[in-house]
Amino acid sequence: MTHAILGRKHLSLAVAAPLAALSLLLLAALPANAMKIQKVISKKGIEAWLVEDHSRPILSMQFAFAGGSSQDPEGKPGVATFVSGMLDEGAGDLDSEAFQNRLEDLAAKMNVTASQDHMSVSFQTLTQNRGESLKLLQMALTSPHFEAKDAERIREQLIASLRVEEKDPNKTAANEWFKLAFGSHPYGRPGNGTLTSVAAITPDDLHGYVRKNFARDNLKIAAVGDIDAAQLGEALDSVFGDLPEKSDRKPVAEVSWQGTPKQRIVQMPNPQSVVQFGFQGLKRNDPDFIPAYILNYVVGGGGFSSKLMQEVREKRGLAYSVYTYLYPLDHAGIFAGGVATENKSVGQSLDLIKAELELAARDGLTEEELRKAKDYLVGSFALRFDTSAKIAAQLLAIQLDNLGIDYIDRRNGEIEAVTVADIKRVAKRLMEQKNLIVTVAGEPEGIREVGL
Amino acid sequence: MLQLKSLRTPPYSNPSRSGTLLKVQLLGALLMTLALSPADAAQPPAPSQLAFHGKLDNGLEVVVVPDRRAPVVTHMVWYRVGGADEPQGKSGIAHFLEHLMFKGTDKIAPGEFSKIVAGLGGQDNAFTAQDITSYFQRVAKEKLPQVMEMESDRMANLRLDEKEVLTERKVILEERRSRVDNDPGSLLQEQMMAAMYVAHPYHTPVIGWETEMRKLSRADALAFYKKFYAPNNAVLVVTGDVEPDEVMALAKATYGKIPANPEVGGPRVRPTEPEPLAERRVILRDGRVGKATFERYYLTPSSTTAPPGEAEALQILARIIGSSATSRVYNALVRDEKTASSASAWYSGMALDTGRFGFYAIAAGDAKLEDIEASMDRVIDEVIRNGVTPEELERAKTGEIANLIYASDSQQSLAHTYGWNLATGRTIEDVESRQERLNAVTREQVQAVAAKYLDRKRSVTGYLIPVPSGLAKVQPRAGGDAATFH
Repeated sequence: MTHAILGRKHLSLAVAAPLAALSLLLLAALPANAMKIQKVISKKGIEAWLVEDHSRPILSMQFAFAGGSSQDPEGKPGVATFVSGMLDEGAGDLDSEAFQNRLEDLAAKMNVTASQDHMSVSFQTLTQNRGESLKLLQMALTSPHFEAKDAERIREQLIASLRVEEKDPNKTAANEWFKLAFGSHPYGRPGNGTLTSVAAITPDDLHGYVRKNFARDNLKIAAVGDIDAAQLGEALDSVFGDLPEKSDRKPVAEVSWQGTPKQRIVQMPNPQSVVQFGFQGLKRNDPDFIPAYILNYVVGGGGFSSKLMQEVREKRGLAYSVYTYLYPLDHAGIFAGGVATENKSVGQSLDLIKAELELAARDGLTEEELRKAKDYLVGSFALRFDTSAKIAAQLLAIQLDNLGIDYIDRRNGEIEAVTVADIKRVAKRLMEQKNLIVTVAGEPEGIREVGL
Repeated sequence: MLQLKSLRTPPYSNPSRSGTLLKVQLLGALLMTLALSPADAAQPPAPSQLAFHGKLDNGLEVVVVPDRRAPVVTHMVWYRVGGADEPQGKSGIAHFLEHLMFKGTDKIAPGEFSKIVAGLGGQDNAFTAQDITSYFQRVAKEKLPQVMEMESDRMANLRLDEKEVLTERKVILEERRSRVDNDPGSLLQEQMMAAMYVAHPYHTPVIGWETEMRKLSRADALAFYKKFYAPNNAVLVVTGDVEPDEVMALAKATYGKIPANPEVGGPRVRPTEPEPLAERRVILRDGRVGKATFERYYLTPSSTTAPPGEAEALQILARIIGSSATSRVYNALVRDEKTASSASAWYSGMALDTGRFGFYAIAAGDAKLEDIEASMDRVIDEVIRNGVTPEELERAKTGEIANLIYASDSQQSLAHTYGWNLATGRTIEDVESRQERLNAVTREQVQAVAAKYLDRKRSVTGYLIPVPSGLAKVQPRAGGDAATFH
């Protein structure tokens, strides 16, 4: 550790952000131990899902407002991200430094992130400081300052981050991919903004975002840990009770996938090229989502068990990292993947990947492949529920995806029910690669630009 | 404050900022009874503890930490060997062997290990550092016997096919490209470590130097395996929904069958790093740098080698001087002078032989790294001259102790903490008295370690400087459906 801790697997080199989000969206898993989920509705009518666990003096809370960077004002991408960086920079009667010091004194942890469709907050507090910590949270949500001097400081940080992203092949390939796939749709805009847009964002923009997007009708809440239903009810009213009833969000169009395959190369002077690929996938509410999820596991989602890992890494040593995933957004489904390989091996690696996807589209999976996938997906179920923070993340994701409070009980049955015929049908639909988009950052060989 | 995930400084090279392995040092059952207030917590905690500690006749140490909230277990084997134990000219072999451990035994075909674990509904992985190599599986509790059988099998019965070895060698070279060669920030850190250690093998990156990696062979891997992989050079850690008795019985039936290797298990003696005499500077100019970046490392002791209280004082010092949005360096460079867009400090004390104290800042606008460095030095001098305030000390202790409680929520964190400590010369008691020791730190101690270790003679300063060549070229296109971007 003096220098490096090297893991054997590294599946998420590219598009780290989408993958991180995905881990929440992935299917929930039920521990065999009865885990009781309570639906708590406060006096003011605010709903949260609760799992009590009094074995540690910790409360983990996760909640999200629908909205996210797709609600950024026209021409000003980056507002939601900017807000996420400013919520703990002063609120109520505390300026930025006082707020930060108070968080530290209470040992509360508050982490805000903006994704395409949500602004999510992960909050942890110790039982002994719960009341005061929640008061800070309430202030952050209802009376953030967004002082000009603090905004300038965070702006500088965002701009530095964009400057670094510009030279980062992982981020470059991912940004180019979203741009090619979604064009002028909000999903095609960079969530962290651009140098121009971030420079132009004002405190008024930040206040405007909060006013329109922090409300009770677009809020989902999960709580896990050392709190009972009555206490949580009171906490909900004190933290969220003063938020406006209704959000004022603009509609986001459904993405219509069209067009022909595209390949774009961004020349970057690196020894290894980073490749992003993807095409239309399925949204979470698609009835075929579960079969698609199983299929993805076998093709590229299952680490060392996946076909892509076998073909690209295990048999040929062409990459350390090769993977696929389903990335269901609210208004588009994506099937995506990536590989990072020495420049001279890009053509060969991509050919292998395309061939595997074609095979899957044609043949689906064998009975044995399906059975093994089910063994893993059903058996690894409980691994998602071994910390309060992980349970809270699952409870929130299930609410955001509208899967129902009994989803955890149903989930393994839905996996088990999938047949090879289901897989074959879905594979044909999913893996056709009609609108395959590939972006490469590096100095790749064996590939040329297509369809631009 | 933003969580700058996209900014450089990969977690594996600056553990103290990673929030993963090293930050998470924790106590066992003590946590449950902890009061947060340092005053209360200073009372001696009850001797009861969650961690069970046993040893097999063949020397394998066993640690069990029950956590019955979910019916799952984390099973880890930690070998007391890592990159710093490699023979001259064979850099990367410890990590290469870790990859090859998945290539089969008499009972398990090449590449099948992870597939079998997946078939059990489990997840597995492994990682290598300078002092340790660790393998783990996470499974439903009833699958524990199977993974113990498999892990113990490969402790003694690895079989390597020449072709598999050569293919995997390409994989580790790709891994090096991903982690280091594609990333000028990593390259700078690699060069800084090489400049820091004059004699000690921490000089050499765990991933290896590319020229040496290209020559690593099957014979090299097997020689390393035979020399270091043995029950008396390992620690077994199981956390989760288990009973210590049950784990001990399973361990005897599996790992217990493997004979000890008399050649290992004694003190780990590496070349001693001499007292540093001269400050060093490393400058990397690269067209792939997005923002000018400043880094500095100081050579310090680790938790294992520090005189009593010093490692804890260094941890508290790091928190006060640079671990929050109101820390000394953040306030000076980011809030007041506005020369940096982010600034932080960290202490990494988890190694066997030495530790490091580090500073990190990214330039704001066109600020010069020289100015950032001068500000950092002013902050450091101020702490050395006048120490820290009582409020800062209390706040830092509160934060460090709360982190121990938060980490107790995760059986994986627990397994890492116990495993890492026991594999690098520390004891269960060290792990479980950490909260007490942090509490005992005084302002005088914090000032004293600052004066003793934040001495320029002990340091390497790194500058990462952007140069105009090598800009990414995205050709503007006519038509297409792309939105305006940048």
